[in-house]
Amino acid sequence: MAILLPLAGVLVCFLWPRRAKPLGLVTALGVVVCVAGLGWQVVEQGAQRYAVGGWGAPLGIDLYADGLSLLMLMVTAVVGLGISVYSSGYFGRKTAAVFWPLWLFLWAALNALFLSADIFNLYVTLELLGLSAVALVALAGGADALTAAMRYLLVSLLGSLFYLLGVALLYHSFGSVDIVILAERVEPSPAVWAAVGLMSAGLLLKTAVFPLHFWLPPAHASAPAPVSAMLSALVVMASFYILLRLWLEIFPLNGAALGQLFGLLGAAAVLWGGIQALRQTRLKLLIAYSTVAQLGYLFLAFPLGTSFAWKGALYLLVSHALAKAAMFMAAGNILRFGGHDRIADLDRVAQRLPLTLTAFTLAGISSMGLPPSGGFTGKWMLLDAALYTGQWWWALTLILGGLLAAAYVFKVVGYAFTPAEVTHEASVVPARMEWTALLLALAAVLLGLFTPWPLALLDIGFPFGGGYAG
Amino acid sequence: MRAADHSWLSLASRWVLLLLLSALAVGLGYAVLCLSSQAPGLGERVAENIETSGVSNPVTAVLLNFRGYDTLLEMGVLLVALLGVWSLGSIPEQCESPPPGPVLNMLPRLLVPVLILVAGYLLWVGAYAPGGAFQAGSVLGAAGVLLLLAGWCPDVRLVGLPLRIVLAAGLGMFFTVGMVLILVGRQLLEYPPALAGTLILLIEAAATLSIGITLAALFLGGRPDKERLRRRFSH
Amino acid sequence: MSHVFLYALAGVGLFTLGLYALIVHTHLLRNILAINVMGSGVFLVLVALAGRTPGASPDPVPHAMVITGIVVAISATALALALMLRVRAETGRARLPEEQLE
Repeated sequence: MAILLPLAGVLVCFLWPRRAKPLGLVTALGVVVCVAGLGWQVVEQGAQRYAVGGWGAPLGIDLYADGLSLLMLMVTAVVGLGISVYSSGYFGRKTAAVFWPLWLFLWAALNALFLSADIFNLYVTLELLGLSAVALVALAGGADALTAAMRYLLVSLLGSLFYLLGVALLYHSFGSVDIVILAERVEPSPAVWAAVGLMSAGLLLKTAVFPLHFWLPPAHASAPAPVSAMLSALVVMASFYILLRLWLEIFPLNGAALGQLFGLLGAAAVLWGGIQALRQTRLKLLIAYSTVAQLGYLFLAFPLGTSFAWKGALYLLVSHALAKAAMFMAAGNILRFGGHDRIADLDRVAQRLPLTLTAFTLAGISSMGLPPSGGFTGKWMLLDAALYTGQWWWALTLILGGLLAAAYVFKVVGYAFTPAEVTHEASVVPARMEWTALLLALAAVLLGLFTPWPLALLDIGFPFGGGYAG
Repeated sequence: MRAADHSWLSLASRWVLLLLLSALAVGLGYAVLCLSSQAPGLGERVAENIETSGVSNPVTAVLLNFRGYDTLLEMGVLLVALLGVWSLGSIPEQCESPPPGPVLNMLPRLLVPVLILVAGYLLWVGAYAPGGAFQAGSVLGAAGVLLLLAGWCPDVRLVGLPLRIVLAAGLGMFFTVGMVLILVGRQLLEYPPALAGTLILLIEAAATLSIGITLAALFLGGRPDKERLRRRFSH
Repeated sequence: MSHVFLYALAGVGLFTLGLYALIVHTHLLRNILAINVMGSGVFLVLVALAGRTPGASPDPVPHAMVITGIVVAISATALALALMLRVRAETGRARLPEEQLE
């Protein structure tokens, strides 16, 4: 249901462009309700499997909802609602007519992706996601956005093709594209190794892990603000989610070597992203590099491997989604207000946009990993897992990353909080844009206070149980 | 032009790249060769279930019935691409080009009716021989491209809502059938065996139209601009 | 070696060839074409290996997958071409700026 509703919204918005905005908002609310309903069902009855067309795997396609997919869906729903409200204030009428169908397509693709249990179906959803994302980036017009969108498209297609070749090899080795069936049948063979390599490479490219991250900062920075929020918060979750699923279900035979490689790449991303973020002069680019760094943390969970580590990584992912969306929205507000996002000139903003600044600071707290935010909880769990398994060098990376994040957040906040003598002539920033940023940032912080419930959610369906208990 | 094209990679690094990629190719080739030489795949499952699927062509059965959900998403992909192309700008000066030469003048008149007939045939025959919505849609798209190349311009009344309805029809029909089936109490896209053939044909018909028009619209490369069309038709 | 594997190896070859072209060339049209070649390579692998069935008719599921894949590739190519034209219009060259490749 959660997939069909946004698709319905697309159709309606496409056919009635004049009314696109209210229709889009109504659809957004509807999707949140659907996800809540699904959540209720999963909590009551455990993980759900749904055979589309009544055939069931391996002939048909199955949809699967366990705690992990539910968590992804819920984060998408919350952030999606925030983005929808924000966008209703951001875009003018003409762009809005094209924006809403594209955005709803993106949301539909995300929901379809998180619910799918079929690796070829995942390919189709990945493509739907990628194309809508590229089209949304290009909405900003202008040379920067268009070249970034072009690069993003080529990268996205490349990653998908690698992934598809892996799917081809897996299907032809074992005769199915259903994840559960593949998990039963898989055994080491050159084809499987090749598939692992291909699919990982493709998905790493799409998640912008160092050194394949080069496409992300320009794309996220030059897109319109709500689109940047979508990309950094939600779209990057998608390829990571697929990698996670594959890793847990189909590739558990690899163990140490590949995991350490992922961890190394993640650590490099954390450090490189942090350093680059410090060097930026424009706010949106800083935030984009921060995304690269934060995504690196997620990959530290691969070498750590315990279920505690996974939950920590996912907690970080969720907090990041909320915080990053808030940050980009704040940046969008500042951009709308002053017409530029040069960090050095932010000092004129403080008095006029208090809500936005608070939002940015709160989001920054979560990104840095200060208590009591969601980011802190995630990092704490990862640290704990690192010390528990005796791999202390990852703990070092976590701490260093936190310091770098503190540095670049303070850089922005420092400039912003010093009041200047000369203020800009300001454009009006619609109230809803400020409030959504604030609320999302607040949610990121609150995640630190309400930890038991999301963690329990992740246990439904035992995706991390089995060979990874600990 | 050639030299400038490869300028960002020095000769040495290009050889390294070639070496690396050859290693990749050898590795992949080896992986492929290690696959067993006889593997039924899902062919047997398809053959077992094909009578209840409503069609006898196995590929159509897989596309429209067993894995119909993929096809639904795929119609979405087509629409997204079109939306993306439309969002990039209006049609470049297509409809205002000079009148076509003699070949292009005659060719559409001869070919387009034939193409439309072929498309209809492909759609119909897809149920029991190679063919189906995508094939028919491609032929229809080709007909559209031919018309556009010959300088035909769509009537301005057709360009707004009716165009969008046709474009959305493929996805819409899939969606509607799916919803109706859910309301009746079945799973999404679970066709009752008696009606399966008819439902598939219905969906395919809408999809063919959609695909054909989408392809032609993609060829145009931009959003049809009502104002400019109106001006062109006024003189 | 059965002819099925010959086709599959050709698919692998196309894939690698396309990848090389994608990395080496900087003109956007060539990049788009390279992606298409890679896609054709993957589709060839999918379809060729479907012919390993013991009976007379090949496995239809990879065929359906390839049809889906072709449609996706067409849509993506259309979007890419339109985007390329716009990049050309805005920047005057049909290439991605190299400084941003860091």
